[in-house]
Amino acid sequence: MRVRIRHEITQRFEPGSRNLSVTVRLTPRSHEGQFIQRWTLDLDSDCRLHPQEDAFGNICHAFSVEGPTDHVTVVAEGEVETFDTTGIVRGSVEPFPPALYMRETTLTHPVASLIAFADAAVKGVPEDPLTRLHALMVRAHETLTEVDPTGSTMPLSAEAVLEAKSACAGGIAHVFIGAARHLGIPARHISGYLALDDEGAARHWAEAYVPKIGWIAFDPGRNVCATENYVRLAVGLDAFGVAPMRSTGFECRESVCAEDGRTPPRMAQAQSQGQN
Amino acid sequence: MLSRTADNLYWLSRYVERADCLARILDVSQRLAYTPVTYGGSTNEWGSAVLTAGVADLFTERYGPLEEAKEEQVVSFLAFEAENPSSIRNCFEVARTNARSVRTALTSEMWEVINTAWIELRNFPNRALTRDELSRFLAFVKETSLRFDGATFRTMLRNDAYWFSRCGAQLERSDNTARILDVKYHVLLPEKEHVGGPLDYFQWASILRSVSALTAFHWVYRDSVKPWLVADLLILNRQMPRSLAACYDNLARNLDDIASAYGRQGPSQRLARSMLARLTNRNIEDIFQTGLHEFISGFISDNNKLGAEIKEQYLT
Amino acid sequence: MRQAFDEMSSTDGHVRPAYETLKQWLGGVPQDVLNHRRKEAEYIFRRIGITFAVYGEQNAQERLIPFDIVPRILTKDEWGRLSTGLEQRVKALNMYIRDVYSKREILKAGIVPEDLVYKNPAFRPEMNGQRVPHDLYVHIAGIDIVRTDPDTFYVLEDNARTPSGVSYMLENREIMLRLFPELFSMHKVAPVENYADDLLATLRSLSPQSGHEPNVVILTPGIYNSAYYEHSFLADKLGVDLVEGRDLFVKDGIVFMRTTEGPKRVDVIYRRLDDDFLDPLAFRPDSVLGVPGLMSAYQAGNVTLTNAVGTGVADDKAVYSYMPDIIRFYLGEEPLLPNVPTWRCREADHLKYVLEHLPELVVKEVHGSGGYGMLVGPTADKAQIEKFREKLIADPANFIAQPTLALSTCPTLVEKGIAPRHVDLRPFILSGSDKVRIVPGGLTRVAMKEGSLVVNSSQGGGTKDTWVLDA
Repeated sequence: MRVRIRHEITQRFEPGSRNLSVTVRLTPRSHEGQFIQRWTLDLDSDCRLHPQEDAFGNICHAFSVEGPTDHVTVVAEGEVETFDTTGIVRGSVEPFPPALYMRETTLTHPVASLIAFADAAVKGVPEDPLTRLHALMVRAHETLTEVDPTGSTMPLSAEAVLEAKSACAGGIAHVFIGAARHLGIPARHISGYLALDDEGAARHWAEAYVPKIGWIAFDPGRNVCATENYVRLAVGLDAFGVAPMRSTGFECRESVCAEDGRTPPRMAQAQSQGQN
Repeated sequence: MLSRTADNLYWLSRYVERADCLARILDVSQRLAYTPVTYGGSTNEWGSAVLTAGVADLFTERYGPLEEAKEEQVVSFLAFEAENPSSIRNCFEVARTNARSVRTALTSEMWEVINTAWIELRNFPNRALTRDELSRFLAFVKETSLRFDGATFRTMLRNDAYWFSRCGAQLERSDNTARILDVKYHVLLPEKEHVGGPLDYFQWASILRSVSALTAFHWVYRDSVKPWLVADLLILNRQMPRSLAACYDNLARNLDDIASAYGRQGPSQRLARSMLARLTNRNIEDIFQTGLHEFISGFISDNNKLGAEIKEQYLT
Repeated sequence: MRQAFDEMSSTDGHVRPAYETLKQWLGGVPQDVLNHRRKEAEYIFRRIGITFAVYGEQNAQERLIPFDIVPRILTKDEWGRLSTGLEQRVKALNMYIRDVYSKREILKAGIVPEDLVYKNPAFRPEMNGQRVPHDLYVHIAGIDIVRTDPDTFYVLEDNARTPSGVSYMLENREIMLRLFPELFSMHKVAPVENYADDLLATLRSLSPQSGHEPNVVILTPGIYNSAYYEHSFLADKLGVDLVEGRDLFVKDGIVFMRTTEGPKRVDVIYRRLDDDFLDPLAFRPDSVLGVPGLMSAYQAGNVTLTNAVGTGVADDKAVYSYMPDIIRFYLGEEPLLPNVPTWRCREADHLKYVLEHLPELVVKEVHGSGGYGMLVGPTADKAQIEKFREKLIADPANFIAQPTLALSTCPTLVEKGIAPRHVDLRPFILSGSDKVRIVPGGLTRVAMKEGSLVVNSSQGGGTKDTWVLDA
């Protein structure tokens, strides 16, 4: 499938701000399940873009805006050819062994409620990690209601999600990731895009590592392993690590369009905004 | 040097200078308040002290109208209260915080003056002071600023750090002198009744005392105290270290030193020089004719503007 | 616990040669003179503002660290052995950190368990594959040493992040020179005041680019930090700018500081700010103490951070227990300074032993510091031990245990006169691109309370001047 993507992010600053530093993770890389045909980054201010590879193998750009200004806007745009690999991710850049993805982070910290969730999900399920991961995904999907990301661009921590019983896809991914790590399975956070027939949007999901198979993409919010409708953008330990834009501004607005590239472009735009 | 360091040095000196001015204002008010009314003492001397200190709004909010200001209230407000950001105690607190942030730019002598004052401040009780205690307190404040100035003068390298520090002190000092004049300008006006009477003498003398210039007056003019001479001394006389002209003499020179060290002039140098020219080319009759009050208000606002220019050019 | 080794006198009252002169002198000076000098020292400390802040104490924002006027003496021989061992240790620390962030051979060899690195909060994935100038990570190390007998110096702890205390080492000497010039005329004491020069030379040698005089700055969290005095003290002694995060900004991958003459490029940052707070774009997003974009400039190789980011992966107490193996692995040598025997509670048989022997052991948190969160078995009461037992069982991997060492004692001035008190030693090791520099001595910390083994300043410990005799 060919997916056409346009992702615009604006971050607001105090008027008259000078010498702003910004980091963006908005450039997908190819692997066996996706091929980047065309990709551009556009800024509304004059500055040099330095591409760097971050610790997790993501392409990121750090740049500075001299100002004075009250906002910075970045637009990423391109086309990606995707293939269905039944969720298995091969040929990706892997600077770390899977063991690294056992790290605990603030957003995925194994608090008592998360441990209870994980243990309940795999109760009576065989030790085999793949089966357990599917059980975890089903459990997360059944007990947590997915809602559209509003209010905050940073997904909630696993603990907060379990308390609220509902979250955006990224929050549900935190629960899945924290639970998998508690069960001894390396797991990580993925940002990207989901292009369906009727809508396309930014999305977060998880990947977990199964020996002999490799990394497998699970979307517990939708209870599926990733398909050709998914475009993988960045990988990290949790949502912090894959934040598309990091700066010191106070408000972030995003608008994302991801759609089937074979159809004529439509103007569907998902809006989200919040504090960063 | 770091902009923040320059900023801290500048404000450190301003706050020490401000504490000194407040102490002098309190000193004079106390003296006037104990002078019988027939000899020029007045009942609302304390209110005008608050006015001179430039914190009238805050004071009225807390204690009510200035006309009814009481001694204990004013002393406590100007000297000790934490709620008054310009109280002497706060001046010393802020001065020390600034000094701590720029310790590396201070000489150890300067630091020790500030740190010791800050420690000693704690020995003064946090309650209404007896008159003796207040006198000792005010003497302590004045001595601290003298020691600080002395330490600065004697130990600091003559480089940008020194110049920024002096700029702060001079700007604050000229502001204080101008505000004393602003509050008391009416007693200097020629149309005032009882010209030359004992009542006025005490008022004029008190103005001079508040800038420690009573003795200086006699040395400079070899004359009895006369209102236009008082104004001349405090505004135009460059021999008098607290006069506006003397302050701007120093300000212009310090700013020029900075500019020549950095090889670049800016708006603050231009403004300081033009203000100095204004103070040099005028005479006191002239100023009285166009209006003493207008002249002083204009000066205060230009002085603030210079502060803003220095900040924009160097301190951010 | 057996009688501790006293560095001045043996149990039979025989005075060791290095202390002979001092002992004689102490015997000749009346107690009230000593008390008077101690007060004088305290007065000087307070006046110049050598204070530290104690966290969690609202009204005691600034406190003095008690200073003991009786110096601690080490012989030239003892110091010689110590400094060789320290150099070896720091060399191994640097090689270990470099390996952990590149090829990870020590993990592949199975010498250090993987999760001790990967799950370590101080491990910074961001540093993976990042080249640092001259492959040096720990440029300034503080290695804590304790002594139990004439010949045994143990390493108690490695501090590879931002070790503090060096200002006390320098100020203590200054004060001693002021108060007791006659004592110095009787001893040949190796000087320490060249530390500032050594530090500056070390920092300059680490500049990412040659060709111009490097601009070195010290980055402080600000005046409310407990070690602020030390930050400003060092900036002063080095003659470099003491900056806060807001004084710096990053433009096109280069770090600049805001000055009265416009932006000025910065080459080396001796940062006294934890990794977490360095850059809100890379680490904690709520940090206002750091510099946005600093990590990208660092990764681009345009600025040196001292110590490097992520050095904490080498200095927690669990990694500590592997140090002898780490030294053997990288250097092919036996460690010159032994570790204190350590039980890792993460290992079942170790845990079992520890739980059975709690009243005799010292149990510490793996990531703890400052003497917080530890159990000193012999001085704890039953309730404290039982409470700790629960903590230990709940999260064994978070703890290590060590035998309660009879730390050596040194003569110390206390209320009743001169009495032995337990001490440790923190020497400071500087690793530059050109060489390793160690000034003779270090900071001696002393537990002022009788019998106490806790020397941390946050727990009422004091300091002493440390003399290495030159002959």
